[in-house]
Amino acid sequence: MSRRRLNVNPLDYSRKLWMRCAMGFTFFFLYFPIVALIIFSFNDSKRNITWRGFTLKYYEKAFNNNQLHEAFANSLLIAGISTLTATVLGAMLGLALYRFRFPMQGPYEGIVHLPIVIPEICLAVAMVAFFATVEVPLGLVTITVSHIAFSIPFVAVVVRARMAGFNRALEEASADLGASQWQTFWNITFPYMKPGIVAGALLAFTLSLDDFVITFFTSGPGSTTFPIKIYSMVRFSVTPEVNAASTVLIVITLALTTLALWVQSKSQRNESNA
Amino acid sequence: MENWRNNKIAFFILSMPPTAWLMIFFTLPLAIMWVYSFADRGPQGQIELAINFDNYIRAVEWIHLGIIWKSIWTAAIATAITFAIGFPLAMGIAFAPPQWKNPLLLMVILPFWTNLLIRTYAWIAVLRTRGFLNFGLEWVHDKINAFFALFGLTDVLGQFEALELLYSHNAVVIGLVYVYLPFLVLPIYATLEKLDKSYLEASLDLGAGHWRTLFSITFPLALPGIISGCLLAFILSMGTFLTPDLLGGTDSEMIGNLIARQFTSSRDWPFGSALSFLLLYFTFIVLWVRATMSDRNSGPVK
Repeated sequence: MSRRRLNVNPLDYSRKLWMRCAMGFTFFFLYFPIVALIIFSFNDSKRNITWRGFTLKYYEKAFNNNQLHEAFANSLLIAGISTLTATVLGAMLGLALYRFRFPMQGPYEGIVHLPIVIPEICLAVAMVAFFATVEVPLGLVTITVSHIAFSIPFVAVVVRARMAGFNRALEEASADLGASQWQTFWNITFPYMKPGIVAGALLAFTLSLDDFVITFFTSGPGSTTFPIKIYSMVRFSVTPEVNAASTVLIVITLALTTLALWVQSKSQRNESNA
Repeated sequence: MENWRNNKIAFFILSMPPTAWLMIFFTLPLAIMWVYSFADRGPQGQIELAINFDNYIRAVEWIHLGIIWKSIWTAAIATAITFAIGFPLAMGIAFAPPQWKNPLLLMVILPFWTNLLIRTYAWIAVLRTRGFLNFGLEWVHDKINAFFALFGLTDVLGQFEALELLYSHNAVVIGLVYVYLPFLVLPIYATLEKLDKSYLEASLDLGAGHWRTLFSITFPLALPGIISGCLLAFILSMGTFLTPDLLGGTDSEMIGNLIARQFTSSRDWPFGSALSFLLLYFTFIVLWVRATMSDRNSGPVK
């Protein structure tokens, strides 16, 4: 037995060949389909079965596709309004849950966090039944309202997690020094909440931009969103244009999520320095 | 935490708007659907309010029970495969050198950030008859044939026949494993990470092999995370709609698709509502089991 082997911790499974093979296989499984999809968006072949050379023409085609433009504009509009509303409401909810003890708190928390856990299809058809009952025609409004409803608890969870590290003594000190409740909130609590709010907003934005199932059921004529448009293209045929449109959405989502993580880690670093 | 009575105004200002929104646009829709689940379907698909359990009874008729059973079965198989793939991954990450842990975790979560629809769609190009998987298999097949041809044996394996994978039950299982893998890996990783490694070292020191240590020490200690991750993957697979819709064939319909069909082509909202509530009750039961298990098990693992 060589010296080097003796030094290896027997629990260091990640050094074992079989473990490396298993992990390699799993990561291949996780990444191959997406990477292949992205690569084949540059494929110069309409049927897109084998590689026929590099081209950007399907990106050009996707960028010049008016229906895709319209769908993308709808998606941005919905995600924008939904994010704004859900962030305000979700931050309020997160702060209330962090701060107050009140009767029926357990059941209340269970209900407000329900949108995170229930199957999407159940929520989707419930919204359809609801809008039919109150006789609101399906369209951009119904999609936005539904997106806000399922985004609120996600924002609340993020904001509440952020507030868990807050030092309440700061608020007390501010009150002792004569600040009003509003002044204390605006000058002490809110600045601390901000990274949580930004992260929550970015999460709400990606959730809305990415949502398919709920949007699919609550959309009406003329309110096609980007994922819905991709879905109908997928149903119709599998061309590099679909891959190009998908790649654009992947890049946007990844960029936003990276930004959210960066905001969170930056705020954590600032605190540990302070 | 502050008692709400001490600061009623702030409490109401903070909690009322989000509560109102969720009550009107979340709880109320569910309540309406609950009422519909006891209603009758009129001849043109309209809803005739009533109080009867016909829709729930219909749900357990043979034809529908078959789909429900298939959903449970598919979700169970998908969970089992996810576990078989996910556990070694979670273990590999938990026992990796510290500087590797976060990058590896990030690599598990990264695909999960891409759109569900796109992740599912990506599998069409892999699984179809002229897809990447069949190309790969054909390549291996030809190489083996070529290898035996060196010894004068021609066509040992015969002509390559492409597997018909897409639009089948297998494709649905693969899609589910792919989509819900991170949900299973993360809870298992979390418990393995917290696990006191000296138990494993003791087991190895006392002469148990790696397999024995795995089954007698690691599994029992990581059980809360394993149960939590598996139940999560199971419940998510159970409620899926998109995966069977895109990758499945005519016979791979699951309960989510059955619900969707009642609200689209079949226009039988009361029956769809009843099915939807059955799925919800099932979800709640599983989540409740998961919560009680994690409460009971949170003690010993440190």
